[in-house]
Amino acid sequence: MKMKLTTLALSAVMAAGPAMADLVFPSLSYRTGPYAAGGIPFADGYADYFTLLNERDGGIGGVKANVIECETGYNTEKGVECYESTKGQGALIYQPLSTGITYQLIPKVTADGIPLHTMGYGRTSAANGEVFSHVFNYPANYWNGASGVVNYLLQENGGDLNGKKISLIYHNSAYGKEPIRTLEELSKKHGFELTALPVDHPGQEQKSQWLQIRRDRPDFVVMWGWGVMNQVAIQEAANIRFPMENFIGVWWSGAEHDVMPAGDKANGYKSVTFHNVGRDFPVFDDIQAHVVDKGLAAGSGDQIGNVLYNRGMYAAMLAAEAVKTAQEMHGTADITAAMMRDGMEALVIDQTKMEALGMPNFGPSFNVTCENHGGPGLVGVTQWDASSKAWSLISDFGPTDTEVIGKLIDEDSGAYAAENNIEPRCN
Amino acid sequence: MFYREAGDFKVSYVDDSQTFPIKFDRYRYYVVLAVAFGLIPFLINDYWANAILLPFLIYSIAAIGLNILVGYCGQVSLGTGGFMAVGAYACYKLMTAFPEVSMFIHVLLAGGITAGVCVLFGLPSLRIKGFYLAVATLAAQFFLVWLFNRVPWFYNYSASGQINAPERDTFGIVITGPNASAWATYLFCLVFLAFCALVARNLTRGTVGRSWMAIRDMDIAAEIIGVNPLKAKLTAFAVSGFFIGISGALFFAVYLGAVEVGEAFGITKSFLVLFMVIIGGLGSIFGSFAGAAFLVLLPVVLKVVGVDLLGWPTDIVAHFQLVIVGALIIVFLIAEPHGIAQLWRVAKEKLRLWPFPH
Repeated sequence: MKMKLTTLALSAVMAAGPAMADLVFPSLSYRTGPYAAGGIPFADGYADYFTLLNERDGGIGGVKANVIECETGYNTEKGVECYESTKGQGALIYQPLSTGITYQLIPKVTADGIPLHTMGYGRTSAANGEVFSHVFNYPANYWNGASGVVNYLLQENGGDLNGKKISLIYHNSAYGKEPIRTLEELSKKHGFELTALPVDHPGQEQKSQWLQIRRDRPDFVVMWGWGVMNQVAIQEAANIRFPMENFIGVWWSGAEHDVMPAGDKANGYKSVTFHNVGRDFPVFDDIQAHVVDKGLAAGSGDQIGNVLYNRGMYAAMLAAEAVKTAQEMHGTADITAAMMRDGMEALVIDQTKMEALGMPNFGPSFNVTCENHGGPGLVGVTQWDASSKAWSLISDFGPTDTEVIGKLIDEDSGAYAAENNIEPRCN
Repeated sequence: MFYREAGDFKVSYVDDSQTFPIKFDRYRYYVVLAVAFGLIPFLINDYWANAILLPFLIYSIAAIGLNILVGYCGQVSLGTGGFMAVGAYACYKLMTAFPEVSMFIHVLLAGGITAGVCVLFGLPSLRIKGFYLAVATLAAQFFLVWLFNRVPWFYNYSASGQINAPERDTFGIVITGPNASAWATYLFCLVFLAFCALVARNLTRGTVGRSWMAIRDMDIAAEIIGVNPLKAKLTAFAVSGFFIGISGALFFAVYLGAVEVGEAFGITKSFLVLFMVIIGGLGSIFGSFAGAAFLVLLPVVLKVVGVDLLGWPTDIVAHFQLVIVGALIIVFLIAEPHGIAQLWRVAKEKLRLWPFPH
């Protein structure tokens, strides 16, 4: 308790400091290393949206947003350094875009009282808000993704996967291992055979895994990859002439730069997603006019409309909306991290709101509650068209198997609560 | 001027063989200890602890451990990352199995377990030498990482394969977990570092250390004059493993709090610690500190200068970091192949005579 008091006192001192003149959004980005291909567009989208709000609307509720970038290189040690160096500057929310760093930050942010939003990554069981008070992973998590893949395959195969063989090729890290448990449960439920093939960091060496896929002849291959691993896997799949339409990646394995290197051979590759693709949204015209044309873009400005740029922008939009909610709730424009957490827990995203923001039908409508930090978990499927070089949504956002996922979330978050002596909240 | 020996008389053998025979040096050492134990804990904050001091202290322990093996005994090892992982996982299993036991004991036991594993992988050193031994230890590195990834028992069957340090204390002070205060974690690591450095210093100048150095300088000659190579090499592996295990346990439990074996203890970690030893100076305790400080502090300094002071984009600074650190390593090794420790020795010689060098 004494410790809590000192942290409170510390944050109070920090809140009184001059750094709180604006809303601080640290961006733990990675623009170097083997995962930079995914890190750059996401960080650009994240920064550009806040620049847009500053330029077009004069900030959020009249207070300027300030994005502090810190390079992590997808490395957990640097992530810790970045967290410690930015948290004192009035950070409102952390979005590290790395499952490894997320695991490190979950206990830290909870002790420091700063919310952590891990959209579509991180610790899946953080969806249980009763245990994880400061961690949010709306609108969808890994297990929704795994279930979304299986649902799509069910739909393609007339509702029956009995006796089918599915291979999972995954990044051998916390990130890649996360879906295995769900897929195992689903394989029991639907009767398909699951083979898991790990690929070690950074993922350039996959010859033996694809040799095994060639030997096993699975009906479908599911990929849980990130960074350079994605490109190599799609190239290898093309090399063994595996039919691309039977190859489905999670949302982190489905961006332009993943499929481009394989050229025409990548045509038909699929990926699940929790938000819309393309650049046919009014918000991108605003970004072009207010950010890129003024020379304020975080990157070179050519990433707009790319899958991961959109996702970064979507993450920024959800953060900005949570800020607005918090400002309304607490009646002050200059919010603190604690108010930000309240705002995130009361966040409501509906179609009228998104339309007003210039993003009609960009993502699902959802309400965050104290119990549910995970959102609705609606998952759609996109497919790559190599000739027009574009992703298109081929299956609309549908519900996932909440029965299986909910049980697993309760189990895993219960284990975490027991390990750390956490009393369930929300009563 | 400095380092004057005039008037500094020794009247006993004990005085003559102390670690810092020169008075000025000795006082400097006491001042450093006093500042580290008495002053820094009162000034430290989370940033200084987690970004700078903890990694420095922990890598120093690892560097001392590796220096004993490579610098004093001449057995090249590329398995440091794997051995640190042994320390980390041993500590994790102990922490979760015996929550009521003090962290001190857990860390020491983790060191002991690593020493055992290290001896096991050190056995081939009796037959193979030099580059071939390096390859054998490299195998240890990959095998251990693979093992901790592969066997769920080591990570208590968690879904992600990560290990997370629960909250544990020593003498009622919380050391691990998010609620540990900066001064506590700092002091905890500092105590271990001081202990390891003292043990290492006293081992290396005693019989054991002399037999290590005899093996390093010429193993056949050493055998002829009566040094038992089995004993010498395996004790070097054991002591080195003990220190590296302690550093791995602290790295996981106190510094990071959550660890993924492939990322935290991969081959890059082995090279990083080896670079620390080479840049700092082979066969020198001070060199281990200097090497760890150089490789831990330099990236942070470059980042602070580049991003916070000059306002450059983060990716440019990150790329520059690689270039500058790489260039400095080359410059150091060309200018002084025996590392920072040798530079320090030369500087000390000069200071003894300064300002009248003749």
